[in-house]
Amino acid sequence: MSSEPYLLPNGRVLRYSFRERLVHWLAGISYLYLLLTGLAFWSPWLYWIAIVLGGATISRELHPWFGLVFVVGVSLMYRMWHRQMRETPSDKAWWAAIGHYIRNEDDQIPSADRFNPGQKLLFWGFFWNGLVLLLSGLILWLPQYIPWNLRFLRLAAVFIHPVCALATIALFIIHVYMGTAMERGAFGSVIRGDVSRAWADHHHHTWYQQLLRNSAERK
Amino acid sequence: MPETAWNYWNLIKFNEHERADGTMMLLMRKDQCMHCADPGCLAACPADAAIVQYANGIVDFQEEHCIGCGYCMTGCPFNIPKFDPPSRKVFKCTLCNDRVSVGLEPACIKACPTGCLHFGTKSEMKELAETRAAQLRVNSGFQDAGVYDPAGVGGTHVIYVLHDAKNPELYGGLPKDPHIPWSVKLWKQPLKWIGNFGMIFGVVGVFIHYLRFGPKVVKEDEQESHGGNQ
Repeated sequence: MSSEPYLLPNGRVLRYSFRERLVHWLAGISYLYLLLTGLAFWSPWLYWIAIVLGGATISRELHPWFGLVFVVGVSLMYRMWHRQMRETPSDKAWWAAIGHYIRNEDDQIPSADRFNPGQKLLFWGFFWNGLVLLLSGLILWLPQYIPWNLRFLRLAAVFIHPVCALATIALFIIHVYMGTAMERGAFGSVIRGDVSRAWADHHHHTWYQQLLRNSAERK
Repeated sequence: MPETAWNYWNLIKFNEHERADGTMMLLMRKDQCMHCADPGCLAACPADAAIVQYANGIVDFQEEHCIGCGYCMTGCPFNIPKFDPPSRKVFKCTLCNDRVSVGLEPACIKACPTGCLHFGTKSEMKELAETRAAQLRVNSGFQDAGVYDPAGVGGTHVIYVLHDAKNPELYGGLPKDPHIPWSVKLWKQPLKWIGNFGMIFGVVGVFIHYLRFGPKVVKEDEQESHGGNQ
C-alpha cells in the first residue's frame, strides 16, 4: 500500500487517501462523459444528449479523448489497488452469502477486507471491459486507417464496443446506487476520505481489525 | 486497385481478365455508390438525418448533419463512403440528387457518349438490363450474362449488366452477395433491445431494492455520532 489508510485523531478512519480520491474522480468524471456521449450515439432517442453537450460533432470528437483520460484513471487505479483486489479464498463464502448482503442481513455476511468481493468484481469488470473498450475504441476512432481487407476489425469493433460498454453500465448502476443510497457513508469516503470506526468495522471488518493491530504495534 | 475517394465518387475500375480458353477480356466497371434499397451506411449511422433515403431510391449524405464517426464506412458492403480529414465528414456519390430532383438525369449519364449508361425508373432499367443480358446470352455467346441487382441489400438503384454474372468479383471486386454486415445487424437489433431493457431494468431494479430493503444501517454509528455531537 503506497498510502496507508490510518486511524484519524478525530476518531474516524481514513478510507481513501487524497490520491485515491483524485484518481477515482478522474476515472469517474471521464466515465460520466463517455457514458452520456456514448448513450447519445447508442440510440436516436438519446441523441439530444450530444446536442446538450455542445453538439454531436464535438461529442464524437471528444469521446475518444475522454476515453484516453478514463484509461489513464483506470491504469492508476490498477497500480494503486490491484494487489488489494486479488481474489482470496474467503471470497467464495462471501458470494455464497450474497443473498444476505442484498437483503441487508449484514450479520450473516463473511467479514470483508479493504475491498469486499463485490468491489473486486466492479474493479476487474471495469479493468477488463475498459481494456477491450480501449482496443475497439481505437479502431472506431480512426476507421479510415483500417484498410478494406482488415474490415473485420471495424466490424468486430462496432459490436464489441457497445457490448463492453453495457457491461460497464450494469456495474456502474450498481456502483452508484450502493455508493450513494445503499451504503450510507460510502459517498463521503470517496469525497472527504474518511468513515466512522463503526462503518469501517461493519463493512470492512477484516481491514479495520488489521488497522487496529497495526496501530497497536506502532505504539 | 484504386478506390473511390471522398472527392472522387465515380471510378472506372479496369481489369484484364484471361478467360478459360486463353482469350483476354477487358472488364470495365463504373464503381460508385449503389444506392441500396436496404443501405448498410444508413443502418450503421448514429446521427440524426445525416443519411437520407429518398422515395426515388437515392441514398444521400447530408454533410451538415454528419458527425464524422465513419460508421457508414463500416456498414457499407461496397467500400464507398470515404472520410475527408480536414472537414471530418464522409462523402459519396449522391446520384446527382440535386439534378434528379429538378428532372435532369445524373451528370455521369448525361456525359456518357456511347449509351452505355441509362437512367430511368427501376422497372424500366431492370427491363432494359434483362433485355441486354438476354441479347448477350443469345447473340454473343456469353451464357452467364445477367443483371447485377443483389437481393442481399434489397436490390440496388444502380444495376449492371455483366457478361459473367456468376463471378461479379472479376469486375473490380464487386461482392457476390453483399448484405448489411452481421455485426451491424446484431448491434442494431438484438443488442440494442437487450441493452435498453437491461439499462431500464437496472435503474428500476435498484430503485425497487431501495424501497424494499433500504440502506445498510450501521447501528453503533448512530450512537457514536449522537454522542459526538452532544
